[in-house]
Amino acid sequence: MSCQFLLLLLLSVGVSAVEVQRPRGVPLSKRQFYEEGKPFTCLDGSRTIPFDRVNDDYCDCQDGSDEPGTAACPNGSFHCTNAGFRPTFIPSSRINDGICDCCDTTDEYNSGATCQNTCRELGRKERESLQKMAEIAKEGFLLKQQLIHEAKMGLEDKKAKLGDVQGSKKDMEAKVEALRTVKESAEQPEREAKERHLKAWEDQKALIQKEKDSARMAEVFLELDDDADGFVSVPELLSHSELDPDADGSFTEAEAQGLLGGVDKVDTVAFESIWSNVKEKYMSESNADTPAPEETSREEINEPVSDNESDQYPDDDIPEDEDDDDEEDEDDDRDEHDYKIPPTARTEEKKDDDEGAMPPYDQETQNLIDAAQKARDEFDEAERALREVDDQIRNLEKEISFDFGPSSEFAYLYSQCYELTTSEYIYRLCPFNRVTQKSKFGGSETNLGSWGKWAGPEDSIYSVMKYEHGTGCWQGPSRSTTVKLTCGKETVVMSTSEPSRCEYLMEFTSPAVCQEPPSLEISSHEHQEL
Amino acid sequence: MAPLLVVGLALCLSGTWAVDKGNFKTCEQSAFCKRQRALKPGESPYRALLETMELTNTRLTLQLINDNNKVRLLLELYRLQGNITRVKINELKPLKPRYEVPDVLIREPTTEPLSVLSQDENGVVLSLGVESQRVIISARPFRLDIMEGSDVLMSLNSRGLLAFEHLRMQEEKVEDGMWEETFKSHTDSKPNGPSAVSLDFSLPGVEHVYGIPEHADTLRLKTTDNGDPYRLYNLDVFQYELYNPMALYGSVPVMVAHSAQRTTGIFWLNAAETWVDISSNTAGKTVFGKMLDYVQGSSETPQTDVRWISESGIIDVFIMLGPTPKDVFSQYASLTGTQSFPPLASLGYHQCRWNYNDQEDVKSVDAGFDEHDIPYDFIWLDIEHTDGKRYFTWDPHKFATPKEMLQGLMDKKRKMVAIVDPHIKVDSNYKIHNEIRTLGFYVKNKDGGDYEGWCWPGSASYPDFTRADMRAWWASMFAYDQYEGTMENLYTWNDMNEPSVFNGPEVTMHKDAMHGSWEHRDIHNLYGLYVQMATAEGLIQRSGGVERPFVLTRAFFAGSQRIGAVWTGDNAAEWDHLKISIPMCLSMGLVGISFCGADIGGFFKSPSTELLVRWYQAGAYQPFYRAHAHLDTPRREPWLFGPENTALIREAVRQRYTFLPYWYQLFYRAHVTGEPVMRPLWVEYPQDLATFAVEDEYLIGRDLLVHPVVEEGARGVTAYLPGKDEVWFDVHTFQKHNGAQNLYIPVTMSSIPVFQRGGSIIPRKLRVRRSSTCMEHDPYTLYVALNLQRTADGELYIDDGHTFNYEKKEFIYRKLTFANKVLSSVNHAPDAKFTTDSWIERIIVLGASKPSKVTLKTAGKCLI
Repeated sequence: MSCQFLLLLLLSVGVSAVEVQRPRGVPLSKRQFYEEGKPFTCLDGSRTIPFDRVNDDYCDCQDGSDEPGTAACPNGSFHCTNAGFRPTFIPSSRINDGICDCCDTTDEYNSGATCQNTCRELGRKERESLQKMAEIAKEGFLLKQQLIHEAKMGLEDKKAKLGDVQGSKKDMEAKVEALRTVKESAEQPEREAKERHLKAWEDQKALIQKEKDSARMAEVFLELDDDADGFVSVPELLSHSELDPDADGSFTEAEAQGLLGGVDKVDTVAFESIWSNVKEKYMSESNADTPAPEETSREEINEPVSDNESDQYPDDDIPEDEDDDDEEDEDDDRDEHDYKIPPTARTEEKKDDDEGAMPPYDQETQNLIDAAQKARDEFDEAERALREVDDQIRNLEKEISFDFGPSSEFAYLYSQCYELTTSEYIYRLCPFNRVTQKSKFGGSETNLGSWGKWAGPEDSIYSVMKYEHGTGCWQGPSRSTTVKLTCGKETVVMSTSEPSRCEYLMEFTSPAVCQEPPSLEISSHEHQEL
Repeated sequence: MAPLLVVGLALCLSGTWAVDKGNFKTCEQSAFCKRQRALKPGESPYRALLETMELTNTRLTLQLINDNNKVRLLLELYRLQGNITRVKINELKPLKPRYEVPDVLIREPTTEPLSVLSQDENGVVLSLGVESQRVIISARPFRLDIMEGSDVLMSLNSRGLLAFEHLRMQEEKVEDGMWEETFKSHTDSKPNGPSAVSLDFSLPGVEHVYGIPEHADTLRLKTTDNGDPYRLYNLDVFQYELYNPMALYGSVPVMVAHSAQRTTGIFWLNAAETWVDISSNTAGKTVFGKMLDYVQGSSETPQTDVRWISESGIIDVFIMLGPTPKDVFSQYASLTGTQSFPPLASLGYHQCRWNYNDQEDVKSVDAGFDEHDIPYDFIWLDIEHTDGKRYFTWDPHKFATPKEMLQGLMDKKRKMVAIVDPHIKVDSNYKIHNEIRTLGFYVKNKDGGDYEGWCWPGSASYPDFTRADMRAWWASMFAYDQYEGTMENLYTWNDMNEPSVFNGPEVTMHKDAMHGSWEHRDIHNLYGLYVQMATAEGLIQRSGGVERPFVLTRAFFAGSQRIGAVWTGDNAAEWDHLKISIPMCLSMGLVGISFCGADIGGFFKSPSTELLVRWYQAGAYQPFYRAHAHLDTPRREPWLFGPENTALIREAVRQRYTFLPYWYQLFYRAHVTGEPVMRPLWVEYPQDLATFAVEDEYLIGRDLLVHPVVEEGARGVTAYLPGKDEVWFDVHTFQKHNGAQNLYIPVTMSSIPVFQRGGSIIPRKLRVRRSSTCMEHDPYTLYVALNLQRTADGELYIDDGHTFNYEKKEFIYRKLTFANKVLSSVNHAPDAKFTTDSWIERIIVLGASKPSKVTLKTAGKCLI
């Protein structure tokens, strides 16, 4: 340590204690350490000084204990008696700083500040508010008992219901299986009948196709046979450059000859054998300008698709919107949905049209189909019912096992929502589900967090709820909300704020947090303290 | 704040965090810079026409001719009081007047006579009056050399880079970028054509140059041969990058050159876009190379060459010839004025955030400081406090009763700052807008209509602050009956005054916008200064001229030091940003702006707790001490990081408050002399080469040396303690260390190394209270640190802390001396008068042994 010494230069402010019993700023509990006339030992024991250096406005003790009534020590504290209200300590730095801190005005004894003694008023207000709170707590606690009772009943109901539903589930499973068998046995003959019908139709189609092909072949032969000599020759073929096998832009005689099967010309019979070489590429001379069919189909893609959609994509494919799906997810669904619309759907149908529609099923087949459809419908119905029961069971189990507080007193909040409207927004708290915010002037809802956990301090874990993973913030975290619960007769969202960007704070009252009010004797004792 | 909305979204997509350099021009993309930089050193085409020389009592004039195009220039040379030479070059007969910067010089400088020593056909030699200083004007080619004895102090046009683009009618032959220039989607119509000016300066014997802020770069300026020149063009740069010469929010075209022999300065008075090239003949050499030169007797002296290029205006340059650093400071102060003397409270701690949400929020933050026993003086409101970004208004819901809020603060002897930006919402229901429009006070676009751009309120117009009548009107808006809801403890913050225009070229105003008959091109770098000037004037006027104003600005220019405080803009919560805050504020201090600080904690992003604590500790020892944070960052009031860190931050802020008397008297000195408050080591140890590039530590005044901790997880720092015959006392432990050594100091999280110089007396107030105002009547403790001769001296300055009454000599200024074991206090200003309730409660002598007896004497009478 280097050499240093402290030099007291001036003693300026004299000491004039307010109370005879003890130096200024000393609490009753420490009175015995400050004995008038006897040397004073710093409370940390570090040093003993003459008593006239207590409260002489110069700091002697490291712990500040020699200056309880002045601002001389940086770490000192001053005791305000605050008769009529609560006694308190303030940092020494607030003595004579011109600001009234103690309601009994004792901290401003030499600053020129004019302070009013407000202790009585404060005491009265505090007593009133304590009383009010006690009343609320009392009533709230009664309500809580009721809530606990209801929760208990509700829980039993739910458990009973769960039992019932689980029982009925077994029956339903059996029913589903029975209906499945019915369905399958009805579908077998249906399938066979349909296949038969289809085969007959396809055979007929092939026949028609073949006839069409022969007709076209004959037509083409006539078109190609420019000199009408009954033969298609190499030169006649060469006028149709689209037939060039390698499509290199020069259709040579050798290539034409090749197409004709190595000879110079063919008659109608021989043409039949080379028809397959020609028919794909051949372009009729009469309607060479008609646009290719693909273009038509491309135009169709852009047409609004509506009716077909639901047929092609039954509802099952669309994820059902669950309650806690937030809005963006819904958007996503819509988007995906749009993408799913197949561009080729209508085109194929059109082709069918070209070749004529399939003739209706005969009565026998139609009967089989109707029977199978009925079995399917019944099966689907039963299956859906089973799924619903599963959902019900899941929800019941979830609710039964949910942490609704030590006595399930928060259970009544489940599947409820509470709103608060501010100057700009409507806030909505759905306990154990999520918190949202919506502008009063319209616009979409913002998710301020989904149920996360109970997050109070260890000794009162059920005093704070935490909702997490809400809509993300620009350059920030996803939104989250802390809900502080306080005792109240009613269940109300009292206030919301955003103390930090995207971190919301909600004040929520509920009887469920009300604690048993202290017994009368204790509270009257407290009043004495005041 | 930066133009988050526009640039921010773009960044969002690319997902990067750095500045988008593509938004800002390189020299290559700035037509005049490219044109000028294409000129290489060589023989100058300019010739001095000696026969045109005229010498009067106050000035010398002389014509220069460019032999290539026969255009004549008029050179004016002045010898100014205090060892300054002024060189002005303009066209002899310009097509129309060229812009000369008004309102920056505090008065027309006092001239001293020049005399001709000799003259022949090759040139003229003039005497500068003192110290055998001469100016040699060479005729062919034209050049100027300033000599002292046989030493050349500085040469002008020695590399032949004087260039003066004369105004002309548009010719047939048009070079690219001369009459029109396009950057990104913005086209700059250039009705006046090319008008750039450029001049080179050679500094023999100089290896270190400083200044020309604002750049996020090292204290010692780098050579620019291999990159862009340093750019001076006030810009709102979103998430600026460190260690490069890009322009930032403010510009002071002043460079300080220093060698062990001499300090000089160059003040290039031009408000247009300016680029500064620096090269050095020793820059590429290693220490070994230099030694080799020395051993081999290589005669080449080190030399730094500097070249200034501006887009328009004239050449008007002040050459400040030192010879000491403090001479340069006072020379510059004699031209542009000194640091404004801030209200004492503004040297306390400032709590800011974008944004405190509402009155309730303000109240609870205010209460938080009391609850955690952390002092503060100002709480700040950013743009969200207004009614829809209409400045001079309050949000009717969130700040419905501002006077109630201000009264609440006043009851605690605290104050508030509310932001007033210069962009005015275009809204016919907004009084301010309607009046400015009716009065015709808006900047005009090139077609004569009111200029409109995009800023916080959406569509906004920009008052023409270059007009004195506009500034007077603006000032009148701060009257209590005009600016509703305000009280005397509300002060002002001017942000976005580069000006920031989100959809403008380089996020600022179009250069062809018009301020009367001048283009924005001519005045750009002055705009921010004018905004702050008018605002400060408003605060002075509302108090009837009694109270000192406090106005913070982001944009600044030479002369801004006279008005208020400056901060380094939108930095980030990164260790490197903490580190760069030191050279950035040191650079500003060297060119007069002492009241500088960086956002504590970093504006963008969220600091680690360690970084935040270190920043509070560092900021406590920088002039402007304000925490600030972006809207999207988590809250970071000092008590949100656990009791341990709250205690560390409390201790840092309390240290600041104990030193307030020292800060205050340093600002008084800065106000009187122009010396920087926060200064590089070399300013006090000008001959100690080891200090020339030091930027990780600095001095506050002469007597406190601060070495902040700017590395994560640091266990210790190596501090250089200067001064061969000095001793330094650790202010926390009082441990004594010898000077002229590198000292490794172990550090913990509890504090950063700070030393008091042996030989100094520093007054402190150890009774730290809620705010500086609460400490007004508290006693002082004198820290007397003895040097090896067992002497020390210092000062004690006291006044009322907030009015201009000090100008009426209402203050106490005492000189304190400790010698021969006697501490004496002598009245330093016998004609001044002030009474205080404060007293000296304690004297702590460092470096002495325990005395056997202590006596107190006053006027020869023995008291104790």
